[in-house]
Amino acid sequence: MKPPRGIAIRIAFLLLPIAISLAIGAALVIAVGRDPLEVVDALWKGAFKDSRKLGGVVNFWIPLTLVSIGLVVTFRAGLWNIGVEGQMMMGAIFASWGAQYILLDESLSPLLNIVLIALAAVGGMFWAFIVGILKIRLGVNEIFGGVALNALVNVISIYLISGPWQPRIGGSAQGTEPFPAPALLPEFSARFPTNLFMIAVVIAAFLIVMVMLNATRWGLNLKAVGANMRSALLLGVATERTSLSAFLVCGALAGIAGSYRVLFTFDNLRPLASGGIGFLGLLVVLLLSIRLLWVPLIAFAFAAILTGSTRLQIALQLDSSLAGVLQGMLVLFVILFHGVQEVFFPQTLDASAPSPTHQGGELQASRGSLPHRDGGDLEGVK
Amino acid sequence: MNQELLNTLGSIVGTATPLVIASLGETITERAGVVNLSLDGSLALAAVLGFAAAWTAQEAGMVDPPMQIALGIAVAMLVGALIALLVGFSSIKLRRDQVAVGFVLTLLAAELARFLGADFTRIPGPQITRFNIPLLEQVPILGPVFFQQNLLVYFSYILMFGIWFWLFRSSGGLTLRAIGERPEAAYARGARVQRLRYWYTFLGGALVGLAGAAYSLNVKPGWSSPPAMQGDGWIALAIVIFGGWHPFRVVLGAYLFAALRAVSSHIQTNGLVIFGQEISFPFVLLNALPWLLMIVTLLIVSGGLTERLLAYMPRGVQHRLRAFLRSDPPKALGTRFEME
Repeated sequence: MKPPRGIAIRIAFLLLPIAISLAIGAALVIAVGRDPLEVVDALWKGAFKDSRKLGGVVNFWIPLTLVSIGLVVTFRAGLWNIGVEGQMMMGAIFASWGAQYILLDESLSPLLNIVLIALAAVGGMFWAFIVGILKIRLGVNEIFGGVALNALVNVISIYLISGPWQPRIGGSAQGTEPFPAPALLPEFSARFPTNLFMIAVVIAAFLIVMVMLNATRWGLNLKAVGANMRSALLLGVATERTSLSAFLVCGALAGIAGSYRVLFTFDNLRPLASGGIGFLGLLVVLLLSIRLLWVPLIAFAFAAILTGSTRLQIALQLDSSLAGVLQGMLVLFVILFHGVQEVFFPQTLDASAPSPTHQGGELQASRGSLPHRDGGDLEGVK
Repeated sequence: MNQELLNTLGSIVGTATPLVIASLGETITERAGVVNLSLDGSLALAAVLGFAAAWTAQEAGMVDPPMQIALGIAVAMLVGALIALLVGFSSIKLRRDQVAVGFVLTLLAAELARFLGADFTRIPGPQITRFNIPLLEQVPILGPVFFQQNLLVYFSYILMFGIWFWLFRSSGGLTLRAIGERPEAAYARGARVQRLRYWYTFLGGALVGLAGAAYSLNVKPGWSSPPAMQGDGWIALAIVIFGGWHPFRVVLGAYLFAALRAVSSHIQTNGLVIFGQEISFPFVLLNALPWLLMIVTLLIVSGGLTERLLAYMPRGVQHRLRAFLRSDPPKALGTRFEME
């Protein structure tokens, strides 16, 4: 037993992906003729300069954490819910409908807020349900179903904004009119502009899903379906219902995340209001190999980079997509180095849990990489 | 036949070319058992870097126009091939899931394209010039539609027949299909499974890169953000499934999508008149058509629904219709092969 060596390698594999991503990021920045240190400075100031900026970070953190929690659920069931972005958007559309057409007395504003958030959850579930049915009953791979539904909801939102919901004056494709004040989620304070109720919702969602995944039969079923659909079915798990429930939970959380974008961040419905947060959530969960515990922390780091990047354009005339490049590289190298560690230093790894980034050695992938074949597998069992 | 229709058909063939090349590239990659899910981002990154290379060569004034284009294409192909190799390497050597790596690469490449393309947004650059094929261009109907295009388009025809011939009429193609269907059997027969998978992933990726260049140097010259081809990578991946991993059907699918898009954009600019009646509805909704078509085609070929409908058909028809409609992926697609 030589634990020190193992630990050194472990730490090295934790830090290497970060170091390499930063190094390549720095090289890119130098390549376009800027100073990497200035970029770091801009990112930091953009995210943490004062409590207002910190509020901005929290406002990205809230929807990002919500979708990431939802995606942990679908990944547990072995499902690639790329449609999460569209589910956010559908939630945003449902909430926007309510914000414009449900009239409540001003004094009932908190009640209206809750109604709208619930409505958004229903919207997200509706869009997730379609992906789920297409996948589970009709054999359409959820990746392609999700991509198509993401595009469809964008068409719908642009239609609504330029058609039935266009502002009375100067109707364009920019966005609807701002929603009436009672429908909007209130700011905690001008110096810390975020919404405390939604933070509470995020914490509640985190705790509930944590318990559901680890202490209920449903959580166990989910894991069984994700690990091996066929065995789960033979063990008597209602695989179709379990998979569909995973989609619905994720859709509901994504819908709520979408409502925050329109009821707090923008105050109206805009095209692409989801802003890529759903995709970012996929990156967060892939980075963590679907470990829920660390989701809030990593989501916070990603939200900070995202918020900070808005300053790049102003301070350095650099495109804010640098944030996405850094995040993407980080996740890529974490995945790759996990592979390097597993192949070349297997003794430094714990017995690994099933992970969406790991590929089974068996020829017939049990948890299908191209899941439209799963339907065929199951038919043979029946 | 009226000239306007011929022009439209000709432009459909032209605009379909990137989709054709990208989906043919992905077809051979997937035939070898590897899924390169990074297409959507690869196309964008290859497009912008290909354009940047061609533009830089033009500005430097070092070489003549055909060489600028060639340089742009070479860079784009290299970009596509390298991204694909990364997918292959992470799967074959590092045992990572192809879908996970491909998806992350899609997002990363798209963001990288946006970042690197910021300085190249909306500037004119070199373009591929039209080249009519002598004699063939004068064939009625076929001439104006297929043979008054550019070299890239002609290459896509050759590519389609070439891949078909390689897959189904050559011993190398037999091995290719074998490593995607039954790699252990192919290995036992002496095929170098891993090496071939690397090779076909590389080749398929290079074609995806070429498709990227086909956007920025031909179909939608230049670069803009969001890129013109956004979403086409996913459509190409769906076309491969719809096409049943067969080059002819894949190309048919690509033309189908391009035609649908041409029709919907024609209606959006010119309005819709049926039997002298002007029909009006929110034309923005037409942008949904390609994605609806994607879902419908996948529904048809993916089993579930088709099987249910087939059950109502007479037995004799059932069999033939199933063979016609269904498309089954290479059996070892997306899985890893380990030599014992």
